[in-house]
Amino acid sequence: MSTLLAAAGSLEPAARSYLSPTGQEIVFLLVGVLVLGAAVVSVTTRQLVHAALWLVVALGGLAVEFLLLTAEFVAWVQVLVYLGSVIVLVLFGLMLTRAPIGRSPDADSGNRPAALAVGAASAATLVTLVVDAFRSSWIDLGGAAGTTRLTGEYLFSHWVLPFEALSVLLLAALVGAIVLSRTGDGRTKPRAGKLRTGPTKQKER
Amino acid sequence: MHLAYPAVLAVLLFSVGVYGVLARRNVILVLMSVELMLNAVNLNLVAFDVWLRDTLHAGQALTLFTITIAAAEIGLGLAIVLLVHRTRRTAAVDGVTALGDRHEADTEEVAR
Repeated sequence: MSTLLAAAGSLEPAARSYLSPTGQEIVFLLVGVLVLGAAVVSVTTRQLVHAALWLVVALGGLAVEFLLLTAEFVAWVQVLVYLGSVIVLVLFGLMLTRAPIGRSPDADSGNRPAALAVGAASAATLVTLVVDAFRSSWIDLGGAAGTTRLTGEYLFSHWVLPFEALSVLLLAALVGAIVLSRTGDGRTKPRAGKLRTGPTKQKER
Repeated sequence: MHLAYPAVLAVLLFSVGVYGVLARRNVILVLMSVELMLNAVNLNLVAFDVWLRDTLHAGQALTLFTITIAAAEIGLGLAIVLLVHRTRRTAAVDGVTALGDRHEADTEEVAR
């Protein structure tokens, strides 16, 4: 109901207009332009390591956007998980697959025009839809909705079971990643989970 | 803040991610584009959570869960990419076609 009232513009008609943006909106727009530019460079550059580094800029800018939307804890989790681990993993992956330093001519596949068409079409459709749907919706950024205290309270009072299930899923995925990326074919080194049949080993157990 | 700003930014980021997934040849660059798409969804979740003022904060909780799943996904994906690179010496998406359907001309050549 309050959003409907706010949408009607009767509460603060002067403050809610495209023509007089608030400071938060200006900062959001500037950081948004930075994020979008970094993302575009990240998917179009031909230097593979530079693409990963531009992805750092895009994801860090998104953390700033989360802060502007008063989601503090999510912003810091974004910094820790994405900038701290995902990008490092990507960089290690690029190095381990011997990504060439400098320009690599085969970074893009042959269906680049089709990809451009699909991307532009989806952008046009979704922007039209979203702008038409939320033209008169305003976010009230008054109360802090994402402080760490509040996040901890709702995460461990309402979302405990999904949280625990997800931690088990993360453990399983990372154990699977370790098993997949082990070197050796099992003859040179003992395999995990393979039972030894020697009598001495049996005694140890 | 106007809701259209985060929504439009999320949509544009998602489209950039779609372009990256379709246009890139290196698998790791494709994974990076997938990360961009996931982050666009995260931005939407956070923005709508703040807009709706949900008492359970489902949007922010789901954002945290999405970040966790993205971390698991990138770990597994990179392990698979490294395995493929070790066995087939390539990290190109269109270089791994062992399980794909062959064209009729190719199958005739193989039959001969």
